[in-house]
Amino acid sequence: MQEFIQFTLSGVAFGMIYAAIALSLVLIWRGTRILNFSQGGMAMFTTYLALEVINRTGNYWAGFAVALAAGLALGARIERTVIRPVENKPPMNAVMVTIGVLVVIEGLAGLIYGGQFRSFPAAFSPISGYSIGSIALGVTPNDVFITVAVLAVSGLLALAFRYTSVGLRMRASAFNAEVARLLGVRVGGLLTLGWALAGLIGALAGVLVTNSTFLAPNSMDLIFVFGFTAAVIGGLDSPVGAVVGGLVLGIVLSYVNGYLGANLIGLGSLAAITLVLMLRPSGLFAPAQARRV
Amino acid sequence: MTMTDTATLAVEDLVADYGGEPVLNGLSIALSPSSITAVIGANGAGKTTLLRAISGTVRPREGRVLVDGTNMARRRPEVISRAGIAHVPEGQGVITELTVEENLRLGALPRSRAARAPALTDALTRFPVLAERRRRQAATLSGGERQILVIARALMAAPRVLLLDEPSLGLAPKIVAQIMQLVRELRADTGLTVLLVEQNARAALAIADRGIVLNLGKVVADEPAGQLAADASLRRHYLGF
Repeated sequence: MQEFIQFTLSGVAFGMIYAAIALSLVLIWRGTRILNFSQGGMAMFTTYLALEVINRTGNYWAGFAVALAAGLALGARIERTVIRPVENKPPMNAVMVTIGVLVVIEGLAGLIYGGQFRSFPAAFSPISGYSIGSIALGVTPNDVFITVAVLAVSGLLALAFRYTSVGLRMRASAFNAEVARLLGVRVGGLLTLGWALAGLIGALAGVLVTNSTFLAPNSMDLIFVFGFTAAVIGGLDSPVGAVVGGLVLGIVLSYVNGYLGANLIGLGSLAAITLVLMLRPSGLFAPAQARRV
Repeated sequence: MTMTDTATLAVEDLVADYGGEPVLNGLSIALSPSSITAVIGANGAGKTTLLRAISGTVRPREGRVLVDGTNMARRRPEVISRAGIAHVPEGQGVITELTVEENLRLGALPRSRAARAPALTDALTRFPVLAERRRRQAATLSGGERQILVIARALMAAPRVLLLDEPSLGLAPKIVAQIMQLVRELRADTGLTVLLVEQNARAALAIADRGIVLNLGKVVADEPAGQLAADASLRRHYLGF
């Protein structure tokens, strides 16, 4: 029983990381119907920038802030320069472009920082876990921070989408860009904003996860695959689905890791996505009716 | 002074293609202020493309679209919309994932913050059916309610010109009559200029001041609506009633 509680709770923190990556993919997918394969690479690069700042200033939070700001800027820059020209082209063009961006970013990181693994600090203690009486919960202060940070950012985004006029414009252009344009919405700027926000959330995932994975030019690749899995489980179109998908995947993979062994994590992720897609082919939180008429 | 000079909206020698096929072949029309103009004609005559070329969702190849004398041809749809041209597309364009109220709010976003709330109150007062359903997803509305919603949403921006594409499509005759009556009332109350594209020529000519018949992307008749409805040979040739 104690093991079960430990595996469940430690799955939550990783699940939140997958949720953050999934959320960044969903933000872009909703607005542009493009799957951003460079999301993990972008997060890796902003984490290097954070490490640079932390090493120079000795201040974790300065690095944290720089990573988020850099994510915002990088997302907007990529949309404006390389995505805009392929937005109305066949979908495969955009896929190739985002893979190209990934290759460029990982190559640049290798050139600038080299290929060796670097350790990355945690915001709070990642070792001394909480316990109730003599029962260790398998949860550290840093796990709690990760969970709170991702939930806070997702919650703020949800509120902004729901209650602000920019949020209304973004939803309208995601659901029906042509009608939004006819109502005077400047859709182009909102697409850039969507990419910028996705960059920010990806950067958040990068700084939060890298303490437990080490930093290297390809260190976010596997995290990206799990985040993508979480997004598909959630339905790709739903921000709530992304968070729930991330949580479900994090906990399932934690059980696989704990009971079956770390070698089977990839297989566990494949099993989870296969099962969900067999039961609900368009994901857990897909809209009930067809979108395009 | 020509008619084009005084027109709220004028289209001059418009040429537009759709998927490589020429659809509008040098078409000219002019709408006088606060008029209702019905555009009728067979399928493929270019009616919908005419509206799309005016609102910028199709880029005209040649010609001018004059809004109060300013050429807006080949500008982006959001710019043309902000110049006072509201286009309600065929098949309605309700954003079904948003609530009724969100659809309405969206229509008012180009206006100043101060003007948005009164516009919403006005719309909900004028259309009690929308007020009753304001918190519901727009997907739950009936066809007639959706048509009312898109017209109400277009009016939220306080446009000068309303482009209405096939508002009768898929609606029961009784509802069509209500929608046509609504268009008439709106013109009377707000001084709106309306360009109404309709397959249902009889219903459209009944409320219009002028009727324009399109055939193969050209104007073949431009007459007072009553005269057009009474012209037996034109009806037989182009309108089928």
